[in-house]
Amino acid sequence: MSARELFERQHGLDSRQLGRVLSEALGGGGDFADVYLEYRQSSSLHLEESLLKESSEAVALGAGVRVVAGEQTGYAYTNELSLEKLLECARTAASIAAGAARSGSIHLAPRAVPARYPAGRPAHQSAMSEKTEFLRAADAAARRADSRVREVSANWSDEWRQILIANSDGELVADSQPLFAFGVSVVIEADGNPSGKSLGASRQAGWKNLGLRAGLEAFSGEKAEGLAREAVAQAATLLTAADAPAGELPIVLAAGASGVLLHESVGHPLEADANRKRLSVFSGRLGERVATELCTVVDDATLPGLRGSLNVDGEGTIPRAATVLIEQGVLRAYLQDRLSARLMKMAPTGNGRRAGYTSIPIPRMTNTYLAAGESDPEDIIRSVERGLYCKAFSGGQVEPAVGKFTFSVHEAYLIENGRITRPVKGATLIGSGVDILENIVAVGHDLELDRGAWACGKEGQSAPVGVGTPTVKITRMTVGGRR
Amino acid sequence: MSDFPALAERVLAQARAAGADDAEVFLHESRNFSTRVRQGTTETVTEATTRSLSLRVFVDQRMARASASDLNAETLDGLVRRAVERARLANPDPCAGLPEEAAEAVSADGLGLYDPMLETLAPADKIALARETEAIGLRLDPRIRNSGGAGFSAHCGQVWLANTRGFCGSYRASTCSLGLYLLGQEDRSQAQVSDYWFSAARQRAKLESPEAVARRTVERVQRHFGARKVATQEVPVVFEPLLAGELLADLFGAVSGEAIYLRRSFLVDALGEKVAAAGVTIIDDGLLPGGLGTRPFDREGVGSQRTVVVESGVLRNYLCGSYAARKLGRKSTGNGSGNGESPTNFFLAAGEKPPEEIIRSVERGLYVTRLIGQGVNLVTGDYSRGAFGLWIESGAFAYPVHEVTIGGTLRGMLEGVEAVGTDLDFRDPFAAPTIRIATMTVAGT
Repeated sequence: MSARELFERQHGLDSRQLGRVLSEALGGGGDFADVYLEYRQSSSLHLEESLLKESSEAVALGAGVRVVAGEQTGYAYTNELSLEKLLECARTAASIAAGAARSGSIHLAPRAVPARYPAGRPAHQSAMSEKTEFLRAADAAARRADSRVREVSANWSDEWRQILIANSDGELVADSQPLFAFGVSVVIEADGNPSGKSLGASRQAGWKNLGLRAGLEAFSGEKAEGLAREAVAQAATLLTAADAPAGELPIVLAAGASGVLLHESVGHPLEADANRKRLSVFSGRLGERVATELCTVVDDATLPGLRGSLNVDGEGTIPRAATVLIEQGVLRAYLQDRLSARLMKMAPTGNGRRAGYTSIPIPRMTNTYLAAGESDPEDIIRSVERGLYCKAFSGGQVEPAVGKFTFSVHEAYLIENGRITRPVKGATLIGSGVDILENIVAVGHDLELDRGAWACGKEGQSAPVGVGTPTVKITRMTVGGRR
Repeated sequence: MSDFPALAERVLAQARAAGADDAEVFLHESRNFSTRVRQGTTETVTEATTRSLSLRVFVDQRMARASASDLNAETLDGLVRRAVERARLANPDPCAGLPEEAAEAVSADGLGLYDPMLETLAPADKIALARETEAIGLRLDPRIRNSGGAGFSAHCGQVWLANTRGFCGSYRASTCSLGLYLLGQEDRSQAQVSDYWFSAARQRAKLESPEAVARRTVERVQRHFGARKVATQEVPVVFEPLLAGELLADLFGAVSGEAIYLRRSFLVDALGEKVAAAGVTIIDDGLLPGGLGTRPFDREGVGSQRTVVVESGVLRNYLCGSYAARKLGRKSTGNGSGNGESPTNFFLAAGEKPPEEIIRSVERGLYVTRLIGQGVNLVTGDYSRGAFGLWIESGAFAYPVHEVTIGGTLRGMLEGVEAVGTDLDFRDPFAAPTIRIATMTVAGT
């Protein structure tokens, strides 16, 4: 059943009734109103100690009505999908505005959306046994890979989110969004330490995950096994790792997940709300050179099937093309939602996302990456006398107003005399977004979009996102090691 | 909802009829309000009443869970039926099951969890609190040039929990918070700095005033003016209470029962060992009157208690829900979240040193006022986070510091706690006073 049919047949909410709700919402004035209806089915499986210990299913049903007046937003939401409840939400949300009712009824016309999620076999309709096999395959592969593996946890989750958005511009947009994630983590304990006495360094963890907006055809037992072996290899490597160095060092980022650095240092500070309110280090700098010419940074919701890919954002805007944020070092665009776009007199970019019906849309990233350059990745490593090669990450954080950001490396290696030598333990790297962009001095031709199950947090809302980068060299960053 | 007992009875009976040996149903109903005022304009107002139900079923020591925000009878019937079917597909686990301890529901009377005034406070009055807070903050210092806004939020709700072992309990709870985020610039040529402050409480009357929140925010912004990087070095590090509280949040993850039986903690097999300096006593207290983490019983119906986790430096207890307790051969400490463990009020007990004296005791070191990023590996205890703070020279603040990291190991940090302040501050379920750690690596230039 399409999202439109679902809300119409099961809750009696057709386009005429949604039009009434919108009229009520603008009954006290306001520039814009929308209704967001959501039905989300999600399920998850958890295996640990080689036992499938639990499965869960969740059903989330709700709707929110938003009224925008100038810079102001009124919002009300409910779990009860009836016309009366939606009208009540409309009146509550309307209290933000003060003015004359907008005259004339609102006629809603459905808009076609593109099809960017290859969901050949929707996960939410597939048998639990098939997904369970992924977890068992990962568990067995991890234990086979290394006899020192002490614990293995594996998780599967999938969701099917059906949304219907109606707004006072007369648009009616529906979408059905699949999403799945698989994760495996292992604990490995060094030989000769049977009691596991707490020495810290004798025990290490490794983890890998993968998430896509696609169906089960995009995953397999073999992929689960491969990720499990990678997690074990990571833990085994870390078991032999020395403390990371402390202080400023040249940095080489491996292609792929290192895109977290761009997400934090550039992505968040380029969200339109922060720039409109002058809460970002990039406020008012459109058209200026903010990075070396090697840097082209793109946000692209239109890529098929990635974590951050979208047919339509959380307020009914259909992303039509990649948004080039920085083009050869020059700042070109911000990540826009409708509110900021209107106030800044710019076009929406389809980045108005919301975690669900309990949240208002705010500017967010989708799939954000640094475009490929021309350098050979091997040459980049060879050009570093002493530095840090960063391979796997546990996340990052930024303070957009001052531009300081961190990203935490889980797996890293020393570069000595142009060669990757010894592994070092995880450490946090800190820098300033503005400086980093000026310090990117080599960009590889090996762009890789990471498949990791990244989740981005902002104002209490979580959003699945994609990150990516080619191999990159940064002249220096502060490494938070201990040596 | 007045009909919860009937709803619970029906859901539990359905689970039994479908073949479950045991079942548990939990319902949460909440009235939520939040607003943000920025530059005097009411930017957002959000209001809602929500409900969600979740259940667990057990069949032959196999477990499954389900949840819904849609309480339609047909939806719930399907959820219960499918949960029982899914439970049969899990592996038998001798430790799975409802807690044995759950018997009588503990009363919430006297815990100070609920303030009816928050239900009746008009939206305009709530917005006014945020507006006043921001207005005061913006006029205290001309160098405060921008605002990220002031926010006020209030949540009033009720939880109900019932299971097939005869437990049926309920309590009301509320929280409210008032916060402000400001930006400053010493002069137009200088870099922008920012900081925030907030107050949170169960009762409206316990919330700090707009004036207090605004003044504290401004002070916190002012102290960043002229921040610089320092050279990489090993020095004593002092954590102010809010930041020491973040350290407690990390520690909680390392003493929770699930982390222990999965060997994902640097404190595995360490009960009875000295893991911290003698001045360190860490407590989880679910019965602290008015506490933000206080609750009469946990998510499984086990009565809350006060658990000493670290006593004068010696690790005495792990925090367990009923599942981890069975895995570890221990008793539930009332920290069951239904899915691992959750803290109640998890805090470092106050010591005897006034915070000013702790700062004065440092010849040369870093006073931490803000931490960002992940970088805590609970399996090994390795610790590395981004930091903002104030440099201490000869016992006094010399200048602000930014763009550095602090690094060490959690075990080394606990053992290195040389001084514990008198200023224990419950602003969050994780709380601590000012502490001084003997030495950490500050990485800068």
